[in-house]
Amino acid sequence: MLKLEKVNAFYGRIQALRGISLHVAEGEIVAVIGSNGAGKSTLLNTISGMIPARGGQIVFAGRPIAGLPPEKIVRLGISQVPERRQIFSTMSVMDNLILGAYHRYGRDGRQAVERDLDFVFEIFPRLQERIGQTAGTLSGGEQQMLALGRGWMAKPRLLLMDEPSLGLAPLMAREIFRVSGRLRERGTTILVVEQNAHAALALADRAYVMEEGQVVLEGKSSDLASDQRVQKAYLGKATTPPSSPSP
Amino acid sequence: MPRFFQRRPVRIIGIALIVAVLLIASLALGSLKHYSPQNYIQLILDGLRAGSIYALMAMGFVVVYSVTGIINFAQGEFVMLGAMICLSVDAMNLPLSPALKMIAAIAAGVLLTTGIGILMERLTIYPARRSSAVTLIIITIGVTITLRAAALLIWGADPHVLPAFTTLALEDRIFRFGGVMIQAQSLWIWATLAVILILLYVFLQRTLIGKALRACAVNRRAAQLMGINPSRMSMLAFALAAALGAVGGIVLGPVTRPIYDMGVMLGLRGFVAAIIGGLVSVPGVVVGGLLLGVIENLAAGVTDPAFKSVVSFIILIAILLLRPQGILGGGEKSTEEL
Repeated sequence: MLKLEKVNAFYGRIQALRGISLHVAEGEIVAVIGSNGAGKSTLLNTISGMIPARGGQIVFAGRPIAGLPPEKIVRLGISQVPERRQIFSTMSVMDNLILGAYHRYGRDGRQAVERDLDFVFEIFPRLQERIGQTAGTLSGGEQQMLALGRGWMAKPRLLLMDEPSLGLAPLMAREIFRVSGRLRERGTTILVVEQNAHAALALADRAYVMEEGQVVLEGKSSDLASDQRVQKAYLGKATTPPSSPSP
Repeated sequence: MPRFFQRRPVRIIGIALIVAVLLIASLALGSLKHYSPQNYIQLILDGLRAGSIYALMAMGFVVVYSVTGIINFAQGEFVMLGAMICLSVDAMNLPLSPALKMIAAIAAGVLLTTGIGILMERLTIYPARRSSAVTLIIITIGVTITLRAAALLIWGADPHVLPAFTTLALEDRIFRFGGVMIQAQSLWIWATLAVILILLYVFLQRTLIGKALRACAVNRRAAQLMGINPSRMSMLAFALAAALGAVGGIVLGPVTRPIYDMGVMLGLRGFVAAIIGGLVSVPGVVVGGLLLGVIENLAAGVTDPAFKSVVSFIILIAILLLRPQGILGGGEKSTEEL
């Protein structure tokens, strides 16, 4: 469904992606783990078009998408839940969700969007309770729910999640990962980037390990979880969720 | 001093003190001229009329600034264009009744100016959209000069006239309450401001496209991820700003004599009103505009009319020195919200 081949990208002047190749098949949950500054966020931003790819190919559903602007890419079916949520903080919970479906009103119609709203409220009843509240006044966990709900309102075929557990209490992080599983049952393919390797490997079918802009390891999550190098580098440290924000 | 001034209680007391001193000073100066309460009420009402126009302009500044980060100095020219196009169409020999002709002239003024706003964005801002905000602001100054020069060529250097809406003649109807006079055109201006405020509120709060515009103001990158095209929103913001400016110029037309360079001083005052309101909130800048109109008119009334334009400069400098984020803007950090 998604295939990256030898993709380079720059974050400012730093080359953040060095010839990345990876693929995501329909219906999969794929995790990318790695430490701070490994280029994980740049990877997602390059797929969603926020950062231009310099060289290499990105193919989504048989169509090259490198070079398209983000507002086109989301229409093709890739929606990103950005790092640190980036919700519209001065707007209401409802408005945030509606904006998630912004490009669908013309295409799918109001009723389809409202049905999807019901599903978001079903998986996150907390958001329904706070429907009229200003998004910026929500707790961190609720804001992450909102960001995830908003990203899903685009009805993506592929959902990109950037550090969904960042800054969340362990219980809340678990809730977010549990819901990600439910989204997959709904037919959404997920590419998740995480510092919390434990949680990510527990959720994903397959995973990539990134270091300094390159993929250094890949495989089934269960294999990686038992890989000595991964255990030493990521799982040992990652039993407590990292609290320091990444750049 | 600036940091000291930011602590909320200090700020409120400080503002109250300044207002009190200014009030006492203006009362004292007014008593030298033997002003009666009616004189003050008259000054305040006239100030509110001018302030409504400043408010309309300030909304234009806010819409463009929130969405694009640009201070659009051509805002004053939109006001001029609205008034000029309207009076030109009204002066044409059209086979319409005077009332219908006025309506057609108003529609033409608003629509054509909006079109000019859109053209301005597409031709000058859009090609340079990846440049810094400063570059874009300088571009708007260039557009300002161009529009003003074009107006000079088209309409000449002499002032023009636009008939009052009520009488459709140069003489407006005047209502008298005790010693206070209100022109019918003032009522048109206030009603227009009220209607525009309601329309803008409904547009921004209730429609999808209005919400997208606000989303762009709050977080442009996230808005882009939602499929909102920021350059489309920039175009929409300029269109809105031009329409707001044109409406202001048209309702103001009958009480001034529209002239090709009227945008200079009006633009400055609209900008000051926007700064008073903190540049990001519509209600804030409306209060800012009305306040500026009243202060300016009172100050000119109790001293000398020549002081009028000095007042807005003094306010501008004082605000930029003391509270760059605006007087009515939030305390520590005002989040961007239209």
